[in-house]
Amino acid sequence: MTGLFEGLDPIGEGLFQAIELILTLDPAVMEITVRSLIITFSAVLLGSLISLPIGAAIAFKEFPGRKSVINLVQTLYAVPTVVVGLVVFLFIRRTGPFGTLGLLFTPGGMVIGQTILVLPIIIGLTISALIAVDTTIRDTIISLGATKVQFFFSVLKEARFAIVAAVAMAFGRAISEVGAAIIIGGNIQASSFWSSTRILTTAITLETGRGDISLSIALGIILLSIALVVNIIMNFVQQR
Amino acid sequence: MVARYCTGAMKKIAVILLVVVMVAAAFICGCTTPEGGDATPTPTETTAAPAETTAAPEGTGTAPEGTQTLLIATTTSLQDTGLLDYLRPIFEEQYDADVKITAKGTGQSLELGRAGDVDVMMVHDRAREDEFIDEGYGANRRVFAYNYFTIVGPESDPAGIANMTPEEAFTTIHDKGLAEPGNVVFVSRGDDSGTHGKEKAIWEAAGLNYTADIQGSGEWYVEAGTGMGSTLVMTGEKEAYTLSDIGTYLAYKTETGLVPLVEEGEILLNIYSVMEIDPKKYPDVNSTLAKEWINFLISPEIQEEIGNFGVEEYGQPLFYPAQGNWEMLGVERAETEEPVT
Repeated sequence: MTGLFEGLDPIGEGLFQAIELILTLDPAVMEITVRSLIITFSAVLLGSLISLPIGAAIAFKEFPGRKSVINLVQTLYAVPTVVVGLVVFLFIRRTGPFGTLGLLFTPGGMVIGQTILVLPIIIGLTISALIAVDTTIRDTIISLGATKVQFFFSVLKEARFAIVAAVAMAFGRAISEVGAAIIIGGNIQASSFWSSTRILTTAITLETGRGDISLSIALGIILLSIALVVNIIMNFVQQR
Repeated sequence: MVARYCTGAMKKIAVILLVVVMVAAAFICGCTTPEGGDATPTPTETTAAPAETTAAPEGTGTAPEGTQTLLIATTTSLQDTGLLDYLRPIFEEQYDADVKITAKGTGQSLELGRAGDVDVMMVHDRAREDEFIDEGYGANRRVFAYNYFTIVGPESDPAGIANMTPEEAFTTIHDKGLAEPGNVVFVSRGDDSGTHGKEKAIWEAAGLNYTADIQGSGEWYVEAGTGMGSTLVMTGEKEAYTLSDIGTYLAYKTETGLVPLVEEGEILLNIYSVMEIDPKKYPDVNSTLAKEWINFLISPEIQEEIGNFGVEEYGQPLFYPAQGNWEMLGVERAETEEPVT
């Protein structure tokens, strides 16, 4: 609380305090931000490892119902995050099939939720990226006598920028979602870093409710900055 | 490492933002009236606003011309138990009104009241209500119902607190929680709600300093930062203890498998009040309808309805009418029965 801006409108005051919180690297703000980043990075990494092979398989293989699968995947881009949260919750709660793992209300459970959330985005955009690789390039690669594996990696190399953009998009969706995070994580603040599940979006929800507007604004600014960085990366790779 | 990584970029962003903020702040300050009532939608507008489709009386769909809107901010327990959804249609019919209810914790309801965003507040935290009234935001408070908080936990009761006094129970949970981490856990609302306020009061009454001895003191104390319902679900999953109002606990009883362990003790009394936002502070509030809502709640027939609510479903009342119990509640008699004017 600095007396410097007293009398300013509460919004202005909140903004100034928010910037102060960010510049002084306020421990609470840092902790929540770092936790958000770790959880989302893990989910996107895990999601990419699962999605890239699946996306490649769908893109290169002909099989009955391929069109419907692609349609389904693209429909799931817009899967409501609360629904993902609910489904994961039902599976990992104590009475659910995976209840013994004790993942509910842990960062690990949140990673699972966000991973499921980003799967369709990465799979779908990977398919589009690989199909978009020009057929002449594909034919050239094959005519040069490439093995299946060599062919696969060459096409992947051609499509790498589009795939990076897909991953960045998935990251943006995961870091900014609140529905699954609240249901699976529960917005917990505990004494140790790893037993807490409070992240940027859920903290903003809570602090706005508490009336701690400046902290909410600070967290909001950070969230926006992260989205901005992701967007810059996407634009950068798409211009290549 | 992350911290070091952030500073450079952060500073740049902050500098840019600072400029933006300066402009924005100047702009905002220039726009606000000294009254501070900036651009909040006035609830008194008599335009035919589409009525909430939920439980609209006789499915009118849209509010007819002349219907007034009443905005209420309420503590979550009154909404989660279904009491307000039960009372609302009765009032709407009687007064030709369109009642809109937003359920937040007491802390957030007070914030909405301070900003003049609502006409009426229904909360349960005497100390903060008094402050709110002293600051000139609230007026015409009436006490309309009460019930009890209860300390709930798993049937196994690992800390063995059954039938202790609330203060003893909290002390025991604190001591055993520190001694046996993972075995004894307490889940707090942690959201500055009325229930959270009561929880703090019990820690203090037990001789423990909330910020020093409780918050962040170990794995045993978990802050949920969510509403009562979600907190109960979490407590059930973790087989932990929590403090709940009896109404929400009963509504979630089957889902959580928790049992009430401590139900007696003066400190567990939970008093619900209703008040209007002072029209002297915010001339735009719908004071007429707000007063009618307050008087409606303390009318003898509605007091009776409150006492009967939920008995059929839960085998016990969720709320008790305040009328006739002013002495026990420690409030003025007028505060439970005298209509506001």
